[in-house]
Amino acid sequence: MAYSEKVLDHFKNPKNVGTLDKADLNVGTGLVGAPECGDVMRLQIKVNPESGLIEDAKFKTFGCGSAIASSSLATEWLKGKSLNEAMEIDNMAIVEELALPPVKIHCSVLAEDAIKSAIKDYKEKNSVPAI
Amino acid sequence: MSLHKVYLDNNATTPCDPRVVDAMLPYFYEHPGNAASRSHPFGWEAEAAVDIARKQIADLIGADEKEIIFTSGATEADNLAIKGVFEMYARKGKHIITCKTEHKAVLDTCKALEKRGAEISYLEVASDGLINLQELESLIRPDTILVSIMWANNETGVIQSMREIGEICARKGVLFMSDATQAVGKIHVNPRENGVHLMAFSAHKMYGPKGVGALYVSRKDPRVKVTAQMDGGGHERGMRSGTLNVPGIVGFGKAASIAQQEMQQDAERLSKLRDKLESRLKNEMEEVYINGNVKQRMPHVTNMSFKHVEGEGLMMTFNQDIALSSGSACTSASLEPSYVLVALGLGDDLAHSSLRFSLGRFTTEDDVDFAIDAIKKGVNHMRDLSPIWEMYKEGIDLSKIEWSAH
Repeated sequence: MAYSEKVLDHFKNPKNVGTLDKADLNVGTGLVGAPECGDVMRLQIKVNPESGLIEDAKFKTFGCGSAIASSSLATEWLKGKSLNEAMEIDNMAIVEELALPPVKIHCSVLAEDAIKSAIKDYKEKNSVPAI
Repeated sequence: MSLHKVYLDNNATTPCDPRVVDAMLPYFYEHPGNAASRSHPFGWEAEAAVDIARKQIADLIGADEKEIIFTSGATEADNLAIKGVFEMYARKGKHIITCKTEHKAVLDTCKALEKRGAEISYLEVASDGLINLQELESLIRPDTILVSIMWANNETGVIQSMREIGEICARKGVLFMSDATQAVGKIHVNPRENGVHLMAFSAHKMYGPKGVGALYVSRKDPRVKVTAQMDGGGHERGMRSGTLNVPGIVGFGKAASIAQQEMQQDAERLSKLRDKLESRLKNEMEEVYINGNVKQRMPHVTNMSFKHVEGEGLMMTFNQDIALSSGSACTSASLEPSYVLVALGLGDDLAHSSLRFSLGRFTTEDDVDFAIDAIKKGVNHMRDLSPIWEMYKEGIDLSKIEWSAH
């Protein structure tokens, strides 16, 4: 199966690889997937307490090229967004942007799950009621 | 893009040796005859060429020419052997024993026979990939008609204890069939010496053309018969109808005669290169494992796991330049990693982290050096990206984490 140019670009030069301090109150961490399934994504957001906007996002992913590209793209999209805007990121938008084939749609679903899980973690830490 | 392209997927298929291609070419136009045409020189020429090839192939495996039945490949030969025995020996019983790490051509043929009333026992393998001989013996019953165990595994290269299995089958009076696709033309393979009664193999795994294979069927002690699965003109002593693929068979014969001359030196050279590949990857990186028995295996194959790195992603770091296979299939259709590696008892995580390297006659030391560097670079890139590698380095016990399976 051939990968799209965009997947290849994110895979070779992934954006925002790294780790944020999990203990920081402004950081939300999402860890989704399982090693047995061949996919684990960890996505982290750092929220500016004043503006409420996501000022940084980082990821690390164990998985195939599409999984890595999906999480790299997700971190790019998250930066500068409010939590409500971030909640609206849909996996199909990732599929379209990266031209993922049907067999790789689950990679985009995992990225959406990782975003939602990171936001949930941040809200729980900061006792923000769920919307 | 690099100009250097390295092919380390010789277990999938081998390049056709140029000497084989040269031998085949005259049989497309200059000698176009049908080997079954008995009434003119075109047919006689084709028949003579097929006879020579049949002899070359028989010589390679220490068989008689009459014991070689040409097919379209090993898959067809596996089907013919297993279904053919099931139908021919129906009166004796309907129990067949095989192994969980067999190729799909055997496993799916057995599954198809289950629907037709066959009872199939699937042997487990130990962590080194070998079957347990006592377990095999204990499974043989009065109504067992066939034991089907592959000679060498396509994913790990592990070679089963053929002679011991053959002795058990002989003692119990059961037919022994082997898919020897990965072994013939690479190592010494002789069905008679090992008590093998039926044996499937293919030209394109031994530097011959695709689309032609053979089934060895023992003609004496015992004389084995299989029911034809292809009806028609009664070719191949009635066991496989269909016009013979003369150029393909000529190429198969040439590939067999080259293999007989060269396989030992190929094996010696390739095992050194394979060992270099293995030892450098293992010594120069952490958490690298070799899968399967390292003593009883093919000289040109290694299957390795790079912990906390997903195989398909890893391959993407170098697959513009290097061809090999991964035990990880990350598609929504199949999140299951290689069933062969799982049968060896590898955790799903290690099975997902595996790569199969299969070297061949045209692999050079430069190829191997190039691959070592590319794989090291790839593994390091993927580990930098891997959250579970980071956790492992922090000393977190990954088995204690509650993963959200999806």
